[in-house]
Amino acid sequence: MIPAAFDYTAPSTVDEAVRALVAGGEDAKAIAGGQSLLPVLRLRLAAPTLVVDLSRLTELAGVHDDGDSLLIGALTTHHEVQRDPHVREHAALLRLATDTVADPQIRHRGTLGGALAHADPAGDLLAPVLALDAVLRCTGPAGTREVPAAEFFTDYFTTALEPGELLTHVRVPKLTGWGARYEKFSRVAQAWSIVAVAAAVKVVDGVVEQARVALTNMGPTPVRARGVEEALTGEPATAEAIRAAAARAAEGTDPVTDGNADAEYRTHLARVLTERAVTAAVSDA
Amino acid sequence: MRITVTVDGVNYSDEVEPRTLLVHHLRDRLGKTGTVVGCDTSNCGACTVHLDGRSVKSCSVLAVQADGRAVTTVEGLADGGELHPVQQAFHENHALQCGFCTPGMIMQAIDLLAEDPDPDEDAVRHGLEGNLCRCTGYQNIVHAVRDAARRLGGTR
Ligand SMILES: Cc1cc2nc3c(=O)[nH]c(=O)nc-3n(C[C@H](O)[C@H](O)[C@H](O)COP(=O)(O)OP(=O)(O)OC[C@H]3O[C@@H](n4cnc5c(N)ncnc54)[C@H](O)[C@@H]3O)c2cc1C
Ligand code: FES
Ligand code: FES
Repeated sequence: MIPAAFDYTAPSTVDEAVRALVAGGEDAKAIAGGQSLLPVLRLRLAAPTLVVDLSRLTELAGVHDDGDSLLIGALTTHHEVQRDPHVREHAALLRLATDTVADPQIRHRGTLGGALAHADPAGDLLAPVLALDAVLRCTGPAGTREVPAAEFFTDYFTTALEPGELLTHVRVPKLTGWGARYEKFSRVAQAWSIVAVAAAVKVVDGVVEQARVALTNMGPTPVRARGVEEALTGEPATAEAIRAAAARAAEGTDPVTDGNADAEYRTHLARVLTERAVTAAVSDA
Repeated sequence: MRITVTVDGVNYSDEVEPRTLLVHHLRDRLGKTGTVVGCDTSNCGACTVHLDGRSVKSCSVLAVQADGRAVTTVEGLADGGELHPVQQAFHENHALQCGFCTPGMIMQAIDLLAEDPDPDEDAVRHGLEGNLCRCTGYQNIVHAVRDAARRLGGTR
């Protein structure tokens, strides 16, 4: 199908883009890679009257080494994240999750910022960003602010972004030398996660010194598995310890029942996938 | 809005509506009907073309987003009467039945081989993850891509 008619503008600075979005009000929509938005427009599930194309905002592209953290522009494509040497070295969890997103063609166009702003509960990049304690930089009519990932995702397809506000950068603290694994469960190729688990661990002399675990699609927003993290921290990185910790994976989650799986099955998956993810992360450390 | 796009080596300058999808611009305005539409959900990959050298689903790009850029379609691959090695490999390995998925499969296979000149079977299957075929069962498509890799100079 063909989208409903809209006006189009492709500003070249963030300020111009924010002004265009503010002027367009509720009927304006930003487009980055378009890989979530265009299918929605084609099915006419949305019909904005103004589309503001972010793709000329070159200031928002690419990955920059910024001391203790990486500063990743919102327009960085999934394909660029997959291949970036800084990401590989300091944020392996993000790369591993990005590898599982959609298919090569979509990864050539889709952006990290678009995926986070879209905030699909089954999206694969939300849990890693949460597990990595990333900070999201947003610029809008009221200026620039930094929102911790834990406060950014507020509900199904809903974020802390205010009207007219853009996500411009994702600051990811470096976890150099940690082991990582993104364990995704889906039934067929090129499918969304039914449940997935993002895990990163720092292991010193066979003991888990620090652990980060977050879950995809176990509620309206990504969830940090604090119980698992607590249970792992300070314990020897053994199969028994990991299994015992993984048993706590579903604490504090609120999974849905839908056409793919019921809530009880998702709860089971969360535990099984956590055990697999942490085991793999430990052997990667 | 006026856009200029290079398609298969030729410059085209046209007035388009912003809502026009690249695939419709290629087919309906420029007559490049080698690229087809197989779905409404960005899943099937039948519409795959190269935009500045990288594979994209042309149903999921606005024509205005291709302004000033270069598009290669399946129609731009053959050199005169001579098929591209990937086209030739699809032909010889019976990698198609109805042929609807073929333009997209070939364009994605070329992108895959540019990134990984000698993919094993698993890498071929992953690389073609975004292209659906309802006829072949994929087996001969995988054979064709690995055969094409050999023709293009891979070694396995
Ligand atoms: C067939 C298919 C399969 C897929 N499979 C997966 C999968 O397995 N896992 C997965 O995680 N994702 C999957 N995706 C989605 C994919 O990851 C998208 O690339 C991503 O969700 C959106 O990024 P984008 O740049 O294309 O955003 P767009 O489509 O351009 O935008 C998405 C939304 O975010 C807003 N937006 C975009 N950028 C910004 C910004 N900088 N600031 C504020 N708002 C912004 C837009 O207004 C829009 O509402 C799939 C998509 C398709 C079509
Ligand atoms: S027509 Fe199906 S992905 Fe483009
Ligand atoms: S040959 Fe018919 S869809 Fe692939």
